Amino acid sequence: MSTTVDPALVPQAAPPPSESRIARRETLVQLLRSPTFIIGTLIVGWWVFWAIAGSSLTPHDPLDQSAGQLLRPSHGHWLGTDSLGRDVLSRVLAGASDTFKVAPLAMLLGVGGGTVIGLIAGYFRGVVDEGISLVINSILALPVIVISVVAITAIGSSNATLIVVIGVVFTPIVARTVRAAVLAERDLEYVAAARLRGEHAPYVMFVEILPNVMGPIIVEATVRLGYAIFAVAGLTFLGFGVQPPSPDWSLQIADNYQLLNSGTYWWTVLFPALAIATLIVGVNLIADGLQQVFDR
Amino acid sequence: MTETTTETAPALELDDLAVVYRVRGRDREVIRGVSLTIERGAAYGLVGESGCGKSTAALAIVRYLPRNGRVTRGRVRIAGRDAVSLSYGQLRRLRANDVSMVYQNPGASLNPSIRVGKQITEVFTIRGVARSDARARAEDALKLVQIADPSSVMQRYPHQLSGGMQQRVVIAMALAKDPSLLILDEPTTGLDATVEAEVLDLVAGLQAELHTAVLFISHNLGVIAKMCSRVGVLYAGRLVEEGMVDQVLGDPRHPYTVGLLRCIPRGGVRKDHGRLDTIPGFLPNLGEALPGCVFTPRCPLAKDVCHQQEPELERVGDGHVSRCHFHEIADTMPRQMSADLELPRVARELEPLLRFEDLGKVFKQHGHDIHAVTGVSAAVWPGETLGLVGESGSGKTTLARTLLGIVAPTTGAVELDARLLAPRLGQRSEDDVRALQIVFQNPDNALNRRHSVRRILRRALRKLAGLGGEVAEKRMLELMRAVRLAERYVSARPEQLSGGLKQRLAIARAFAGDPKLVVCDEPTSALDVSVQAAILNLLVELQAERKVSYLFISHDIGVVRYVSDRIAVLYLGRLMELGPADVVFDGPHHPYTEALLSAVPTIDGGGRQRIKLAGEIPSAANPPTGCVFHTRCPRFLGAVCVEHEPPLVETERGHHMRCHIPLEELRTLQKTPPAERAGVAE
Repeated sequence: MSTTVDPALVPQAAPPPSESRIARRETLVQLLRSPTFIIGTLIVGWWVFWAIAGSSLTPHDPLDQSAGQLLRPSHGHWLGTDSLGRDVLSRVLAGASDTFKVAPLAMLLGVGGGTVIGLIAGYFRGVVDEGISLVINSILALPVIVISVVAITAIGSSNATLIVVIGVVFTPIVARTVRAAVLAERDLEYVAAARLRGEHAPYVMFVEILPNVMGPIIVEATVRLGYAIFAVAGLTFLGFGVQPPSPDWSLQIADNYQLLNSGTYWWTVLFPALAIATLIVGVNLIADGLQQVFDR
Repeated sequence: MTETTTETAPALELDDLAVVYRVRGRDREVIRGVSLTIERGAAYGLVGESGCGKSTAALAIVRYLPRNGRVTRGRVRIAGRDAVSLSYGQLRRLRANDVSMVYQNPGASLNPSIRVGKQITEVFTIRGVARSDARARAEDALKLVQIADPSSVMQRYPHQLSGGMQQRVVIAMALAKDPSLLILDEPTTGLDATVEAEVLDLVAGLQAELHTAVLFISHNLGVIAKMCSRVGVLYAGRLVEEGMVDQVLGDPRHPYTVGLLRCIPRGGVRKDHGRLDTIPGFLPNLGEALPGCVFTPRCPLAKDVCHQQEPELERVGDGHVSRCHFHEIADTMPRQMSADLELPRVARELEPLLRFEDLGKVFKQHGHDIHAVTGVSAAVWPGETLGLVGESGSGKTTLARTLLGIVAPTTGAVELDARLLAPRLGQRSEDDVRALQIVFQNPDNALNRRHSVRRILRRALRKLAGLGGEVAEKRMLELMRAVRLAERYVSARPEQLSGGLKQRLAIARAFAGDPKLVVCDEPTSALDVSVQAAILNLLVELQAERKVSYLFISHDIGVVRYVSDRIAVLYLGRLMELGPADVVFDGPHHPYTEALLSAVPTIDGGGRQRIKLAGEIPSAANPPTGCVFHTRCPRFLGAVCVEHEPPLVETERGHHMRCHIPLEELRTLQKTPPAERAGVAE
C-alpha cells in the first residue's frame, strides 16, 4: 500500500457540510498568509514527496551495499555511506516512508476515537462524564512508552500493531481536549433548540456540535501527528517499531549510534536525526499556523 | 451650561475628528468628521445604533483604538490639551489623571484574580500617593459610590460582587482621580432596571457633586434623557443632530432622530393600538462612500438634493443643530405603519392552552439547594401573550425552560390542552414537542453557526412538520416570506446575516411546526431599537395570523407592555402579581411591581418618582422568611411580612397579588411614593 498523505494534513472525523465552503475558503486565505504555516507545509511537503517517491528517485538504492563502508561525505556519496556501505543520502530520503505509513494512521485512530469519546463525555456530562474521565485520567497516569512496549511485546511488532498502540494511547489525550470544547458548546442555545425539535443525542453530537469544535480538533490532530512521529521514532529506536531492513531514520540511528563513540562516522547518525527533527518542526509549525487561525 | 472662563478650556473638544479602520487592506472611515464640545461639568449624551461609531469615538478620545484603527484628521482636546499628538509618557499621564472610562461589562473591567481593594488602591499609588494613604482614600472612594461596608468589599474578589456592585467599584475607580472627563460607554446596559436606576442616580449625583464632565454613550434614549443636558445623535460616523436634550427629544429635527424616537414602544402603547414604526434599510457598510447625506438610503424624506449634496449642520434653534436639508419637515416624516391587525380574541371562558400548577424547580449547587422557581401557577389561553417580568435571578428563564421540558420541574406539573405533559422533553410525544417552541435572546448562540439558513429551516421542517423534499422546500420559502427573510439568504450562514435577520431566522425556525405556544426569552434585548420594533411587529403579525400564544420574557417594561395581554411578575422564583396588562401597569400594583415600574427611565422625563429598593436581591439558596420581598419592600408593614408569606389572592377579576396590604389600601398608598426605608437589616 503506498500511502498518500496530503501535506496540509487536515483529518476530518466527519465530512463538513457543503455550505461551509465559504468559511473554508476564508480559513484557507488566512492560512496562506501565515508564514509559519507556509514554512511548515513546505518542510512537511518535502518529506511527503520523498515518502511517496521512495527509492525510485534517490541517487542510489537505499538497500544497495556495494559501495565502501563508512565512506566520508564525498562527491559520489554526498552524505557518506553507513557501516554496511549503503548511501546515507538515499537512505535518509527514502527513510520517510515508514514513518508516514504509521504516524498519520495512528493519529487518525487516536483523533477519531478521542473525538467520539470526548463528544460523549462532554455532551452527557454527569455520571457518564465522570466514568469516562476516571478512565482517561488513569490511562494518562501511565507512561506512554511503557504501555507501548508492553503492548507491542504482547501482540508482536508490526506496522499495524504500532498504529493501534499509538492510536489507543493518544485517544484519551484527544478525548480530553474534545470534551473541554464540547462543554463550552453544549450550553449554547442552538443545542437546546435542537433538543426542542426532538433531535436525538447522536444527531446533536455529530451534526450540531461536532462542526463547531472542528477547529480545536484539527489543531489537536496536527499536534498529535508530531507526537506520533516522535513515538514511532522512539519505539523504533528501542527495537519495538519499524523493523530492518527498512531505511527508517530511527533504525539508522539505532544501527549506527555506537559508532559515535570514536567521534568519527558522525554522518551516519546526524543526517537521519536531522531528518526527524525537521519533520517534527515542520508539523509543529503547521499546528501553530492552524492554531493562530482557529483561535483568532 | 456652566460659565466657562477664559483660562478653563472645555473638558473635551473634538474638531473634525475622523477615524479609519484598516480592514482587508483598505482604510474604512468609521468616524467621518465629528466636532463637538463638552463644557466643564456638563453631561453630554451620544446616541445612535450599534455600528454608528459611538464606541470608536470614545476609544479615539483616549487614544485606545485597536491596532488597525487610527485618527486620520481632526483634533481631540481634553481640558485644552491636544490628545492626538501626545507622546507615550504624556498619554499615560493623561489617562492616569485626566480621563476615566467606564465600560459596559464591569465584570470584564476588573481583574478577576486581584482583590477589589488592591485594584482601587492602585489608582492612587500610580499617581504617587503613599501606600498607606492610598488605602484610606480607596475606602473613601467606595463610600462615595454608596458602598455601605467598604473595608469588607475591598477584601473581596470581583466575582464575589453582584453586577451592580462591580459597576459601582468601577465607577469609584474612575472617579477616584477626580478626572476632568469621565467617559461612560453603555455603563448600565447589562444591568437590571432597578440596579440600572441606582447606578444612574449615583452617577448623576456624583457628577453634580464633583463637577465632572461626562460623555455618556448609550443606545437608550431614556437613559440619555435622564442623565444628560446635551445630546448628539451619531449616524454612520456623522453627527446628524445636536442640542439640549429636551429640544432634540421633544422637537427632533433630523429624520433619523425622529425614526429612533418613533420605534420605541412607550407611553403605554399596546399591540392592539397599532404597530411600531421601524427605520427601513440598514446602516451603510463600514467606510462605504456616501456622496450626499449619510442617511439618504434610509430616509423617507430623501429628494435628489440629498443624494448629491451633504447638508451642513444647520442651526434650527438655540444651540440646536441638524444636518438635514428638510429639517423643518423632519417631524412630519410619513409613518411606516400599515393597517392595524386584527388580533385574536382571547376566549378566557374556554379551557386554557397551557396550565401549570405549583411549578417549582430546585437546583443543587455545591450542596446548597437553589430555589429557582417556587410554587408558580398560571395559565395561558390560545392567542394571548403572557408577559413575564422580574429582575435577573427571579426565575423567569428557569420557569420557561421547565415548561418546555428542557429541565424537569421538582414540583408541580404542566398541562397542555388539559392533558398532562411529561416532565422531560425526551419523554414528550412529537406533537407535544412541536406545540411548545422558543425564540432565544441571543440569535448568535441559538443558531448553529456552521449551518446554512436552508439547512436550519429544512431540518426544523423535517423534525417538527415531518416534511421533506419539494414540499419542505416550498414550506421553507413560505416561512422565510412570513418572517420577511429574503429568499437570497437561503444559502447564507448566520454570520452573514445582521442581528435582526438572525432573529427572524430563529423565529422562522420556531414556527416551522405551527407551534401553539412560543416562549420569547428576551428576543429583542440584543437588538437595536429600530430592529427591535420590526421584530416586535413581526411577532404580533404572526400572532394575528396564526393565533399563537406567547410567553414573553423581557426586562424592558415598554416592550412587555406593548406585546402582553396579561403580565406575571416574578420575584425570587415566586409569582408576586398576575393580571391583565393594563391593570398591572395602571395599578394599584404589588409594591415590587411599583418599584420595578418606577425604575424605568423614560424619554418623556418626569413620570413617577423612582422608588429605591433597599439592598440586593437575596440569594435563592437562602430566601427570606415570610414574604420573600420583605427585606427590600418599600411598603414594609412589620412582623407580619417577616413571619407569614402572604397567599396569592385574586383582588379583582383576573388580578392576583401576593401582599399583606389590602388592595384598597395599596390604591391610596401608591398615590404618594413611599418614604425611604431606613435601617433595614443588612
